[in-house]
Amino acid sequence: MTTAVQTRSLSFTQRMAAGLSALFLGSFIIFGVGMASDARLHNAAHDTRHATGFPCH
Amino acid sequence: MRRTIRATPPASPATEQTGFNIVIGRVLLAAILAGIAAGLVMGVIQHVRLTPLIIQAETFEAAEAPAVAADPSAAAANMPAGQTHDHGATPGTAPAGAEHHHDPEAWAPQDGLERTFYTTLTAMLAGAGFALLLVGVSFGAGIPITRDNGLIWGLCGFIAVSLAPAFSLPPELPGTAAASLPARQAWWLATIAATAIAIWLAATRRSPVMLLAAALLVVLPHAIGAPQVPPVDTPLPAAVQGEFVAASLGASFVLWLLIGFFLSITLNPAREKSA
Repeated sequence: MTTAVQTRSLSFTQRMAAGLSALFLGSFIIFGVGMASDARLHNAAHDTRHATGFPCH
Repeated sequence: MRRTIRATPPASPATEQTGFNIVIGRVLLAAILAGIAAGLVMGVIQHVRLTPLIIQAETFEAAEAPAVAADPSAAAANMPAGQTHDHGATPGTAPAGAEHHHDPEAWAPQDGLERTFYTTLTAMLAGAGFALLLVGVSFGAGIPITRDNGLIWGLCGFIAVSLAPAFSLPPELPGTAAASLPARQAWWLATIAATAIAIWLAATRRSPVMLLAAALLVVLPHAIGAPQVPPVDTPLPAAVQGEFVAASLGASFVLWLLIGFFLSITLNPAREKSA
């Protein structure tokens, strides 16, 4: 199994499934780090939110 | 990775399904690793350059807090100065603070090593999240991130996610005046989406109409304008704020370039073997 993860070698369905998975997981993580209003998440990510320009408070 | 199933002979439908999952898993893993690596560098830059400015701003914010102690709505006013980071306590943030008040009892990392740890951890997570989104866009648009265009992908990410929003809504230090948080978050997301679509149009279309549409999409969020409040006096020196904005954009620039660069490697490991 030396399958390179090159987009051009993937079928359309594979590409879309992988792309959607990445978008979904990425959105979930970015929401948690950057936008979630839970105070504990906010406090843990506080300095990173400011540093990367997320609207923080 | 389910090795037992991977070892089964090919040609069965189950194997195809497994190969499918492996492909997705490898794409996600490639994105996460690239993002974590870039985020780690971001974490170091934050520690050296950005967090000190945030802590400096918090001392101004804390110094302001007793001034509103008489206000019964300022629930955190009785907290020890310096420890609180209450966003409703500063007069400058009153419009936001009135509706956006963090629970002062909630857990927060201790200043020092713990705070550095969580800041670095969340920077790595942010890097992974951004890398995943960039890969998702690449796959969705059918434009691969290759060894040759990784930095350009990173640059586009920086323009869409950092530079364009910062043009009307610059990175803020704690305690600076700001409009309501949900309004700014909505504007921030919409600006990123509009700019990203504009970049995609400019990269893939050549017709003047489409390029004009791309230009309009870039300008539109700024013509509408980010949610603002009238400028108020803040004890925070303007020089510190300016320094923070510049350092934040510089750090984001490095973060995004590294995300693009690392993705170009993790997504294309084969070329190294064959070449």
